[in-house]
Amino acid sequence: MKTVYVDNNATTKVAPEVLEAMLPYFSEYYGNPSSMHFFGGQVQKRVDEAREKVADFLGADPSEIVFTSCGTESDNASILGTLDSYPEKRHLITTRVEHPAIGNVCTYLGRKGYRITELSVDREGRLDLDKLRESIIEETALVTVMYANNETGMIFPIEEIGEIVKAKGIPFHTDAVQAAGKIPLNMKKSKIDMLSISGHKLHAPKGIGVLYIRKGTRFSPYMIGGHQEKGRRGGTENVPYIIGLGKACELAKKHLGEENTRVKALRDYLEVKLLEKIPNTLVNGDRVNRLPNTVSVSFEYVEGESILLLLSDLGICASSGSACTSGSLEPSHVLRAMGVPFTAAHGSIRFSLSVYNTKEEMDYIIEHLPPIIQKLRDISPFWKDYLKSQGKR
Amino acid sequence: MWDYTEKVKDHFLNPRNVGEIESPDGAGEVGSLACGDALRLTFKLDENKRLKDVKFKTFGCASAIASSSALTEIIKGKTLEEAEKVTNQDIANYLGGLPEEKMHCSVMGREALEAAIANYRGQKVVKEDFEIICKCFGVTDREIIKAVRENDLKTVEQVTYYTKAGGGCGQCHPKIEAIIEKVRKEMEKEAPPPKPEKRKLTNIQKIKLIEETLGREIIPALKADGGDLDLIDIEGNKVLVALRGKCSFCPSSEFTLKQYVETKLREFVSDDIEVEEVRP
Repeated sequence: MKTVYVDNNATTKVAPEVLEAMLPYFSEYYGNPSSMHFFGGQVQKRVDEAREKVADFLGADPSEIVFTSCGTESDNASILGTLDSYPEKRHLITTRVEHPAIGNVCTYLGRKGYRITELSVDREGRLDLDKLRESIIEETALVTVMYANNETGMIFPIEEIGEIVKAKGIPFHTDAVQAAGKIPLNMKKSKIDMLSISGHKLHAPKGIGVLYIRKGTRFSPYMIGGHQEKGRRGGTENVPYIIGLGKACELAKKHLGEENTRVKALRDYLEVKLLEKIPNTLVNGDRVNRLPNTVSVSFEYVEGESILLLLSDLGICASSGSACTSGSLEPSHVLRAMGVPFTAAHGSIRFSLSVYNTKEEMDYIIEHLPPIIQKLRDISPFWKDYLKSQGKR
Repeated sequence: MWDYTEKVKDHFLNPRNVGEIESPDGAGEVGSLACGDALRLTFKLDENKRLKDVKFKTFGCASAIASSSALTEIIKGKTLEEAEKVTNQDIANYLGGLPEEKMHCSVMGREALEAAIANYRGQKVVKEDFEIICKCFGVTDREIIKAVRENDLKTVEQVTYYTKAGGGCGQCHPKIEAIIEKVRKEMEKEAPPPKPEKRKLTNIQKIKLIEETLGREIIPALKADGGDLDLIDIEGNKVLVALRGKCSFCPSSEFTLKQYVETKLREFVSDDIEVEEVRP
């Protein structure tokens, strides 16, 4: 059975070039970059080069790049490291649609006595910026807003938000885990103070992340330990993964054009064909301000887990915002925050593409998904009710 | 990914008895679009009042569809009195088990059956007669009590897995806790718990008891003869040990293990303990 992998917002394939670049650093060049001898020193040089590649990809200075273990650590470090630097400030602003790496940290801080403002979104997934303006107060320690949403692909107006936040002199963090590699990022022209990225979302392996910290930003280390990363993150450098991430960022920069042309065209093709072939299908979120690789569609009157398992049976790997897939009983907090009706929220499917996807793969999905939805609708009691209400039999 | 049995997968991929019977003898519907799953069950009886035809329509995940399909297969050919006795556990067992988080799918099957039989008899299961405990999923005290009793549930989390109650905002957790406590007290009165020495040990209890028994009853005796023993691992009822000191090359070590160590462990821990030696 062939595998059609269209779940790249969950994780991506390690690029062959990335793996190749990493391999010598497991067995041959295993020195500690901090060592005084030549054996460690030569590794330090390669780590520096990787840092330069990441910096180049983000339009940052290499000294502003801190390697971490994952996106979640970067998010945790940015929030907790900032709060630690401003102990007198006890207010945070975030959104209702963040990844749990932000959302659950804020919930935790709420329990610890911090005041948390969560900005809501409208039906299209757009943020209420007036509410943001009103919410910033003297006590605000940090504003953290994701760059792009993992479920819908919605891109938030991060620079506009940055203008508002920085005009008040408040630190500004963004979780750019889903944005990196899909849309251009340039810290030199940005208002962002801190930005998180994750290696495994851009064809590096799992277990490596980055926190960009703009020069002059107050920050206390979250991982307390040695002098590594200029004292901003203790722990011996994960050398092979850092080398891999450097290579992945170099490739991501090269592929950015393709992401926004060929991959975007594939996504649009898939979306248009599914809307055309399957009745009662809707796209979740604003279709304009969206990552080029992501589409979240809802099929009314059927449930997401059932769709995913039938797709999986054909080798197609996607994901869903339905309740049943997560083990929780309520559909995705993102779709609920957007007010997607229950008829649709339970039947949402996310396809997220990468440069490794082909038109043949899209055709395979377009061929097999309509009968799957039809089969489930034939089993669903609500589909018949709906048809009756429409006067069809 | 959920760990579904082959039987669940089969009933999901090839559901039996899908559809809706025109002018049925009984019809029951539970769940809703908002809740994420729903089941509509219809049946017809034959001249002997047996379930001749049963059909279902289900909106929900794989285990909801499989549970519905299993239910129809189980009750076909039964009288209503026989069908009434089918529990959610029977549905889960028929499928070779369900992940605990998905047990509510089997409960939905049982509830739909109940509703359909009540409908046939002209009774009405009126939710208003009972107190709605979980507002998010509209679960009544009656449903929670039934699930706790039939499935021997002990925690709020389990009640959520079986009935969905408490799976939303969480405000009803204290009420659910109170129900569990009340029902379990009633259950204890009805059937006093077996004496503690006969109770089944949890893994942690078993490991502790084995360690205590070895330390108190066995190792001192071995040491007196210049030997010793290390506990290496415990796999179910199999206790893996390594003999040390003089014991490790003693010709009667096999005898020591079986006749002495195993006997003692069977005496103090459990009748089915087996001791095996691990050699370095």
